[in-house]
Amino acid sequence: MVILNSPISKKEVVKLRAGDTVHLNGIIVTARDVAHKYLIEKKPKEYKKLLKNGVLYHCGPVVDRVGKKWIIAAAGPTTSMRQEPYTAEVIREYGVSGIIGKGGMGDRTLEALKKYKAVYFHAIGGLAQVLAECVVDVKDVFMLKEFGSPEAMWVLDVRDFPVTITMDSHGNSLHKTMYEKSGAILNSLITKGGL
Amino acid sequence: MQVMKKTDRGLSNKNLLNTFVELIRRASSDLPVDVVTAIKEGLLTEKRNSIAYKTLQMILKNIKLAKEKSLPMCQDTGTPVFYVTLPNPPLSPFVKGGCSGIRGIINQAIKESVHKLYLRPNIVDTLTGKNLGDRTGPGYPVINFEEWEKDYIKVILMLKGGGCENVGTQYALPDSRVNAGRDLEGVRRCILDAVHKAQGRGCSPGILGVCIGGDRVSSYEESKRQLLRSLDDRNENPVLGKLEQSIMKDSNRLGIGPMGFGGKTTLLGVKIGSLCRIPPSYFVSVTYMCWAYRRRGFEYENEKVRRWLY
Repeated sequence: MVILNSPISKKEVVKLRAGDTVHLNGIIVTARDVAHKYLIEKKPKEYKKLLKNGVLYHCGPVVDRVGKKWIIAAAGPTTSMRQEPYTAEVIREYGVSGIIGKGGMGDRTLEALKKYKAVYFHAIGGLAQVLAECVVDVKDVFMLKEFGSPEAMWVLDVRDFPVTITMDSHGNSLHKTMYEKSGAILNSLITKGGL
Repeated sequence: MQVMKKTDRGLSNKNLLNTFVELIRRASSDLPVDVVTAIKEGLLTEKRNSIAYKTLQMILKNIKLAKEKSLPMCQDTGTPVFYVTLPNPPLSPFVKGGCSGIRGIINQAIKESVHKLYLRPNIVDTLTGKNLGDRTGPGYPVINFEEWEKDYIKVILMLKGGGCENVGTQYALPDSRVNAGRDLEGVRRCILDAVHKAQGRGCSPGILGVCIGGDRVSSYEESKRQLLRSLDDRNENPVLGKLEQSIMKDSNRLGIGPMGFGGKTTLLGVKIGSLCRIPPSYFVSVTYMCWAYRRRGFEYENEKVRRWLY
């Protein structure tokens, strides 16, 4: 088990390998479809500092307001593949070191992870309550009015956020390996016949 | 006369509204026992302390937490799909406005559930991209109405997450891509191909609802309806029952496992139905349900819940 603090320096990033299980601490920023489109099309400069060596989280949380405080009521990962058209550019433009999501990402992202030194952290899909409990503070929120709560960019402070690295900065993707491995088994099952 | 009297009495919309809100709470936060049991059985097949084992353990912890806190087990509270069965009109305890009356109550229940955090504000206008907050709109929620000869109302709600809905798929046989002809072996190849293509992206371990036959729409619809069956039931049709067992066994040999991390638990269940078709069409439709297989229901009679389902 690796314990990591975000922001994550590029020196640390290259030490990480696909298959490592990680407990993540520090700041992560939620971003879904609308936020990604916005980061790429408008290239707002004010996020550069926040995202430099930072971690993006593919998540649209359920959020409650108690007095002046925001409370994260549910916050599991959403499907990362939807951000495939944007992610390579987001990593390059903003110097992001990590992406948290589920389901893995494609070749373009894998290349960007290698080129700009970043990793993909896989969180367990549907783990909304366990992961919400890892959020110790909501530091800020951007574009809440414009995008609505699930699509807004929530700046979260987390402790012991459990993830597994499935794509690293050396070109390894467990998703690719699994697709090929299970594909070979599928072929043998088909050849054998089942009914 | 008796029938008239019953019709006159009517139903209090307020009681029914509260029951719908409670239905949504249960669906979103409390996973049915057949699903939890299947996940626990999956855990027992995995090697202790393997990533598959730890992932299933974490999922079980999440299920427990959500129940304790009455909060969504998954932040994607999905598309609410309602199956409402109403008594035949002559027998019907009167719901003001009939089907549209029920629709109004459901829309109100969704609004309240968003405020109580049972549901995420989860509806977007497709053209403008704007989130509609606690409102509802065309296509959200999905409500299927039916009638029956009994004199009480039955409602089932399924919360269908987006990640798993995206990996659902449909084949038109013959399909040369998967070398599938128009027979059960062809059907088998399609379903196994769908499981392989989905990998962990539908939040495995998943449950498959499958329909063979029908037209494109009815086939998909029936595949989703298959998911209303209990995980531990037996298919009434022995041919389909055998196919279900075969798919289950082979899918769990693929090694995909929970979340695609590797392991033996790729599927928790397979439910297959069939519809008649016209000779030119032979569809195989697959609906993939994530492990957070949220479905709950109730029967409603004389102003109160007759019994909760699942």
